[in-house]
Amino acid sequence: MKNSVKINGDVEQISLTQELKDFIKLWKSKPGNLIMVLHQVQEHFGYIPESTAFEVARLLNVPVAKIFGVITFYHFFKLTKPGRNKIAVCLGTACYLKGSGDILNEFSRQLNVEIGETTADGEFTVEAVRCVGCCGLAPVITFNGEVVGRVSSKDVSGILEKYMI
Amino acid sequence: MAFKNYILVCAGTGCESDGALKINEEFKTQLEELGLDGEAQLVKTGCFGFCAQGPIVKILPDETFYVMVKPEDVKEIIEEHIIKGRPVERLLYDKEQKTIKSGVEEIDFYQKQFRIVLRNCGLINPASIDEYIAREGYGALEKVLFEMTPDDVITELEKSGLRGRGGAGFPTFRKWMFSKGVESDQKYIVCNADEGDPGAYMDRSTLEGDPHSVLEAMTIAGCTVGADTGYIYIRAEYPLAIERLENAIEQATEYGLLGENILGTDFSFTIELRLGAGAFVCGEETALLTSIEGNRGMPTTRPPFPAVKGLWGKPTVINNVETWANVPVIILKGGDWFGNIGTETSKGTKVFALTGKIKNSGLIEVPMGTTLREIIYDIGGGIPNGKKFKAAQTGGPSGGVITADYLDTPIDYQTLADLGSIMGSGGLIVMDEDDCIVDVAKFYLDFTVDESCGKCSPCRIGGRTLYNLVDNLTKGLGAEEDFDKMLELSKAMKTASLCGLGQTASNPVVSTLKYFKDEYMAHLAGTCPAGKCKDLVNYSIIADNCVGCTACARRCPVQAITGVIKGVHVIDQTKCIKCGQCVAACKFKAVLVG
Ligand SMILES: Cc1cc2nc3c(=O)[nH]c(=O)nc-3n(C[C@H](O)[C@H](O)[C@H](O)COP(=O)(O)O)c2cc1C
Ligand code: FES
Repeated sequence: MKNSVKINGDVEQISLTQELKDFIKLWKSKPGNLIMVLHQVQEHFGYIPESTAFEVARLLNVPVAKIFGVITFYHFFKLTKPGRNKIAVCLGTACYLKGSGDILNEFSRQLNVEIGETTADGEFTVEAVRCVGCCGLAPVITFNGEVVGRVSSKDVSGILEKYMI
Repeated sequence: MAFKNYILVCAGTGCESDGALKINEEFKTQLEELGLDGEAQLVKTGCFGFCAQGPIVKILPDETFYVMVKPEDVKEIIEEHIIKGRPVERLLYDKEQKTIKSGVEEIDFYQKQFRIVLRNCGLINPASIDEYIAREGYGALEKVLFEMTPDDVITELEKSGLRGRGGAGFPTFRKWMFSKGVESDQKYIVCNADEGDPGAYMDRSTLEGDPHSVLEAMTIAGCTVGADTGYIYIRAEYPLAIERLENAIEQATEYGLLGENILGTDFSFTIELRLGAGAFVCGEETALLTSIEGNRGMPTTRPPFPAVKGLWGKPTVINNVETWANVPVIILKGGDWFGNIGTETSKGTKVFALTGKIKNSGLIEVPMGTTLREIIYDIGGGIPNGKKFKAAQTGGPSGGVITADYLDTPIDYQTLADLGSIMGSGGLIVMDEDDCIVDVAKFYLDFTVDESCGKCSPCRIGGRTLYNLVDNLTKGLGAEEDFDKMLELSKAMKTASLCGLGQTASNPVVSTLKYFKDEYMAHLAGTCPAGKCKDLVNYSIIADNCVGCTACARRCPVQAITGVIKGVHVIDQTKCIKCGQCVAACKFKAVLVG
């Protein structure tokens, strides 16, 4: 599995909001709650800040190790802060056959960023995803969660310009 | 009908991303402005399946089918069609430009289809329980609660011959019977909506277009086996389906069709959603159950099967979305009716996501036993751009290819298995002559290697080693004896892996090796016939053909092409990233790939 835990020294101390704490309270008694709680945390912050994982551990009374175990198992959970704009290129079979690999490389090249990483200015994250379920429109990308279909690598600079401003 | 016209706007994810929401808004405001909102009813429906031609608008009662509609077209549709009763011809689907086809029945895409699972998709507003009920919805649940015993339900399912649509094709009645037969204080019903096969979206469309059909079926199963709790495990990547399900659960609870004492009986049943988090292996049933329990989604050995010992160790019936969606119809129309559709070993219909190099890409439902030729040419409209059909892949990363020689094989569980592929969950990907079969095999292996949970070594190490062998071939580093190694590894993985992921991961390789050995041999010799494997191809310009139009140089993203206007151009091999854009740009066939 792809994720790796990056424990760096200068992590920001981010704490759970009251809303998230209330959510955890609501779910505490339900068995199998951990993944749903992590979804909620990620939805709020855009990722799971390391410090919050420790808080979740305390509130749910589960070992921190288990929490990191779960986070790193699932592709969906992120431990690093994503860019302000998230570009996800579908590498599902239908999109791949229609050249989405080239589109992904083109984004990575134009933004000068590795796939799966965020630009130095924190503006764009470029990642590959597996099938967003719109294969009829292949090749498909999602830009900040919005689906854009029938993209070609020619369109890349236009798409970026639209969001640069 | 209370209204003179019904305007159905597709609000599936595909059409929505193409502006269907805006079209809907336009209709709404313009109808109101003209005071027509009492005459024409606007309905946001689920997927029509004809995604390649979206956004789609259908007008009832005359069944006029408009394709590729834009928000600007709304005015004309209202003025011409709704007010004057004349169809807007330029928006009709008219493939050959010969005759105008307006109704759904006349469009080839729909002619060979038969809709059971997708019966309500594109017809009802999925956000309205009343519309589901108006189409006999929850009638099956009522029948089960008041007229049938649990054994009757299982008998009907047995007669129907329904087999699981999630991949393995296990007879559904057996699972239910096993669960029913176990004494337990607690049992569970689970819907597998993890749809991990990349390139497939049947379950997504079903849930978005007709969420109540799954809720009704799960409740029926609860009543049959004696469970009071159901979970739907759904991909977090499907926000619209999640929203529609949440809404449907709320409505059903409000109507007394879910919750305590359903329809006044002493049967109670609740359904909750659990979100997946992007792990393909969690589609495997034991991994899925472990994930619902809040753990890393690692599979466990079977037996014991979930039907006997599943979620939190309790008997659990787990079925796929499409399997569930069949159940209410079987109860209402009877197992015999269903059993009459399809072939000897496979009853009913199958929904396929028809994608890849195909004209009418979309979601289709056909009776089992339909041939691939009918699907690809009659429904799908054939291969675009005059290219040649190469192969179709079913079963995703666990499946294999079907070649042109077998286009007339009636498709069912057995025939596909005989061909070395599997039915899978319904992804049907069409490849043309431009696709490299070795590259495709590598693509699937890359996927399974990435998604392997790492628990058992045949899958973890075997998959990686197999990948490396195929990867070497695509780089011109292969060796003759690698083919034997590949088959040997595949056999070991198949026999010794813990779950279906590892057991089937080698299928794409074994199957393509069987039908396309010559293409593998070409790679061994250092060429990629389709020109896809970047390490094996070079781009150069044929001086005689080049007119110096500069099109390629302007298109090249890395400025690897130089040359003056009207002079022969040259590609700098050290800069070239082999993206193939110059080939697309050149109108004079002056770029040589090889
Ligand atoms: C690696 C792997 C992935 C799977 N993915 C899915 C899936 O995405 N959806 C699904 O319904 N079944 C999937 N299955 C099949 C399930 O294990 C299980 O057979 C199915 O949920 C049973 O339901 P059914 O009898 O209605 O088909 C997968 C199996 C394996 C081995
Ligand atoms: S393969 Fe890209 S959306 Fe399905």
